[in-house]
Amino acid sequence: MAELWQGLTQAFWLVFTGDAKLVEISLRSLRITLSALAVASVIALPLAALLAVRRYRWRRMVIAVLNALMGLPPVVVGLIVYVMLSRSSPLGALGLLFTPTAMIIAQVIIVVPLMASIAHQALRELWHDYRDLLISMNVSERQKIATLLWDARRALLTATLAGFGRAIGEVGAIMIVGGNIDHATRVLTTAIALETSKGAFALALALGFVLIGLAVAVNVAIHILSRTEQESRW
Amino acid sequence: MRPLFPLSLSQAVAVQGGRVLLGPVDLRLEGRGVCAVIGPNGAGKTTLLRLLHGLTRLGGGAIRWACPTAEARRHQVFVFQQPVILRRSVRGNLAYPLALRGMARARIEARVHDWAGRVGLTPLLERPAVLLSGGEQQKLALARALITSPRLLFLDEPCAALDGHTTREIEAILMQAKRAGTQLILATHDMGQVRRLADEVVFLLGGRVHTMAAAPAFFAHPPTPQARAFLDGEIVE
Repeated sequence: MAELWQGLTQAFWLVFTGDAKLVEISLRSLRITLSALAVASVIALPLAALLAVRRYRWRRMVIAVLNALMGLPPVVVGLIVYVMLSRSSPLGALGLLFTPTAMIIAQVIIVVPLMASIAHQALRELWHDYRDLLISMNVSERQKIATLLWDARRALLTATLAGFGRAIGEVGAIMIVGGNIDHATRVLTTAIALETSKGAFALALALGFVLIGLAVAVNVAIHILSRTEQESRW
Repeated sequence: MRPLFPLSLSQAVAVQGGRVLLGPVDLRLEGRGVCAVIGPNGAGKTTLLRLLHGLTRLGGGAIRWACPTAEARRHQVFVFQQPVILRRSVRGNLAYPLALRGMARARIEARVHDWAGRVGLTPLLERPAVLLSGGEQQKLALARALITSPRLLFLDEPCAALDGHTTREIEAILMQAKRAGTQLILATHDMGQVRRLADEVVFLLGGRVHTMAAAPAFFAHPPTPQARAFLDGEIVE
């Protein structure tokens, strides 16, 4: 209990004094997670809309696989990305291993199935409502997808937030592909793991509180933005 | 511009999930103003409209427009009994079909204001459309359908569950559209509405076309005992 209190105090102190190392690690965490989220959104949301709109033979199986991939073990993802980016592999020449790019790739692989599944649920219901109207209006497939994504944008925020939560809290995969290198690939979660292994629980807890604070701040910011839009631009 | 009519159906069958919903239907429509499709519940009124518009699959027979089917579809719209409202503002709903056609923003704005005025929705332009009343939603759906100046408008029970005032407003809009050159094919239970609006009547019974006649003649001299019984309010099967 004393360590929790000490961690909280230290977290407050680190934030209050603008500790350079904390700021550097936090900004890197945010940069990597938001980059992964942006890439994942570009893949997952249109994919979810396409699955909602298009009817084809293997559709159910694709959805089942996507749902199953939500439970993908991050450590295994990290291992696979590691193998693919290691020097002996075809992608080794790119020199991406132990870089923030490798961490983004791993996070994208982990987050896309989760975001696509959640988004698909919302878009499927909307498509059920819109189907006859959009077919009646001779809307092209691309326009259907754009319409669904725009009109379900608030529901899709939930999918994006779920993806953010999963990505920023990720440790296993990014530890493997990032290597937790100081000033290069160390992020909040890997720093917490390192400090815990060193027995520096107070600092680890402080970093943990900052991580929670960041996650809450991003969630609140997105909700405020979405409410503003709801009131003024419906 | 090539005409849409005459429209002819020969042995047309509507199928869904392997089940025959309608037909076989033989019918020829010349496109004279307002065509009312009437009949008892389950006769196939909605299915016939959906079949003509391509929303229900043709399971057999043929439907022939005077122009190629793809071209005919581009010039027709459908207003559903339960209006489908986009999760946007009233303005967003009205602008949607125009934006799909790549119309310039200024022209879209002008048409949106014009049509919002015609259906009395100008004060509600910025309101989320899903928050409108049933009558307002139906007027919005109608305005959104007519904003592109379609040559053919399908209406499935457009005034079901609406009050008399809103029904009168909607009928006035439909008559304006007719005068502007839009053909209407209307499925309805409301015989008063058929008397007020229709130029010709298609009477469906048991998934087939039972009778087709000019509206005044249909009401003055029902051509068959079943048609007479239906107009007298009897249960017809």
